Amino acid sequence: MAATTPGSGGGGSDLYRGNAPRLMLPTWLMIGVFLLLPVLLMGVYSFLTKEFRGGVIWSPTLAAYDQFFLNRGLFGDEPPSIEWTYLGIFWRSIWQAGSATLLCFVVGFPTAWFIATRAPQHRTVWLFLVTIPYWVNLLIRTVSMKFLIRDEGPLNAFLLWSGVIDQPLGLINTNVAVLLGLFYSYLPFMVLPIYAAVERYDFALSEAAADLYADSWTTLRLVILPAVRPGIIAGAILVFVPSLGAFLAPDLLGGAKAFMIGSLIEEQFKGAAGNWPFGAAVAMILMTIVMGVLLIYARAQTRAQAREGA
Amino acid sequence: MSGSDVAINIDKVVKRYGSFTALHGVSLDIRADEFFTLLGPSGCGKTTLLRSIAGFEAVNEGAIRLYGEDIAALPPHKRPVNTVFQHYALFPHMTVLENVMFGTLRLGWSRQESEQRARQVLALVQLSDFLKRKPGQLSGGQQQRVAIARALAPRPKVLLLDEPLSALDLKLRQAVRGELKQLQRETGIAFVFVTHDQEEALTMSDRIAVMSDGRVQQTGTPREIYEAPLNRFVAGFIGETNLIEVEVLEMRGGRATVRLPGGQDLTCPAAPGARLGAGHVSLRPERVSLCPPGSGDIRAQVENQVYLGTDIQLLTRLPDGEPMVVRVQNSDADNLPGLGAAVGLKLEADAARLLAD
Repeated sequence: MAATTPGSGGGGSDLYRGNAPRLMLPTWLMIGVFLLLPVLLMGVYSFLTKEFRGGVIWSPTLAAYDQFFLNRGLFGDEPPSIEWTYLGIFWRSIWQAGSATLLCFVVGFPTAWFIATRAPQHRTVWLFLVTIPYWVNLLIRTVSMKFLIRDEGPLNAFLLWSGVIDQPLGLINTNVAVLLGLFYSYLPFMVLPIYAAVERYDFALSEAAADLYADSWTTLRLVILPAVRPGIIAGAILVFVPSLGAFLAPDLLGGAKAFMIGSLIEEQFKGAAGNWPFGAAVAMILMTIVMGVLLIYARAQTRAQAREGA
Repeated sequence: MSGSDVAINIDKVVKRYGSFTALHGVSLDIRADEFFTLLGPSGCGKTTLLRSIAGFEAVNEGAIRLYGEDIAALPPHKRPVNTVFQHYALFPHMTVLENVMFGTLRLGWSRQESEQRARQVLALVQLSDFLKRKPGQLSGGQQQRVAIARALAPRPKVLLLDEPLSALDLKLRQAVRGELKQLQRETGIAFVFVTHDQEEALTMSDRIAVMSDGRVQQTGTPREIYEAPLNRFVAGFIGETNLIEVEVLEMRGGRATVRLPGGQDLTCPAAPGARLGAGHVSLRPERVSLCPPGSGDIRAQVENQVYLGTDIQLLTRLPDGEPMVVRVQNSDADNLPGLGAAVGLKLEADAARLLAD
């Protein structure tokens, strides 16, 4: 018999290896029907001609990508130059999603740390409290946020009453409002992976750092953050990716000025003004960017692991 | 002992966790150039005491003085002592060299000085070929050497070792014992070593403090601890012994006359604090020898025989039913009495010792 150790990678024991193709069937079906097929469809649609009032005409064209990247003037008869409108929306979306990720980290890390350092029997309760708001539909939570931060809302009322400000902040329909909305929508996705990493953290490392003359901040910077880095990165991906494609928060809280990719795509599939091939093309471009970033990260991670010999 | 010889003075230290008292007013002096061991069973307070010296535990009462300066209120990163942790606690994302440079860099040494010192201590523990490795790529023994090098690099005034050998396998453990002792001599600083393994303590230490229930039971050289235990706990914890209930008849000049359960009287050294009346005598199995029935100091009957390799252990019973363990060398194996045989037991001069309790 070939010398295989369980968990050595590459397929488990001989007993099950023969069955592998059959046992894998549900997985392949899932991936095929719910992942590959929709992406394929979207890819195909992005190369079709738009039909007015939605839908597509089955005639291949690069019009959608042309519209995204190139400006040919109002009537399409000028020499092409770079179209900045959509790239600008992309840039703003990336900036917004990045800010939301950072804000989630700044708030989420101490939260996760707090929970992970409670007595084991209390941690579940704290985690439960963090997830409770997410039992309510995202749309309703986003609308509630709008009511909270609008000029006549409780936040401004309180700040006016307490004398911190003398006129409403005017948060609504700004990038800050969108940032707040995204932050509130995705905070648990930052807290949970970091919590899992901190829970596995060996606190003897903090003691070792203190023993070797590191104060608390140095210990955090040089020992704790590197040790829980996988959790932080997982949390950052889980917040950044959906924030990038979010449309509820920008639509409801940001108005026209804080337009994001999600809203742009949403618009293309809604009502008579829609343009399915263009929406599909924007989605494809977005997906390419996200996958590219994740691939680069995975590459770096594999290399780091190879170096550590883990 | 003059004051300057004392590296660490532990003065009536009390540590409580809620209603549980881990240290009941412990006092100890650890000298500047000795290998000092805190020995005791788990839960005896030895690790708590070590962690109090390092600063990871805040003591409730008492003082901890490092070369005369009370450090009990200082946080760990301001105490000039370093620790070798039980499971090493090496920083997994740093190389061996970075781990060892960590302490000196925090002390504000230049990179160059720090690296030079790290290379020096890594050479001392024979790890010069592993500078660029990560801890995950090293064996347990190598990781332990890195932990020692890392703790020695900042030139601590005292090195604290928290059961550093417990995660190694037996062969390695025995090899490292000698090296640790050697390292202590070379560095010339006090090593405070925590262990529950009496053999480790006896072979490495200049002095041992035996602890139980949050108290120091006895402090002394390995020989003093083994040959002149103060009380039943120390006699029973260090090595193997026979504890015999006796009646103390007379005490004079550090010696006592005691009456054994069989009715014979015996004169033996007495531990300080021993009193007239009921008491206990400790008798090491290897200091009793067999002789023909009717001769010797005590009569006994052989009940069982256990083969231990170098030694053979005979379980015997005295006439009143008290068990007594006797150890004979394997070379005498051929003329051992059979099971059930009556034998005489001869005690070496001063083999028995009256304990304080």
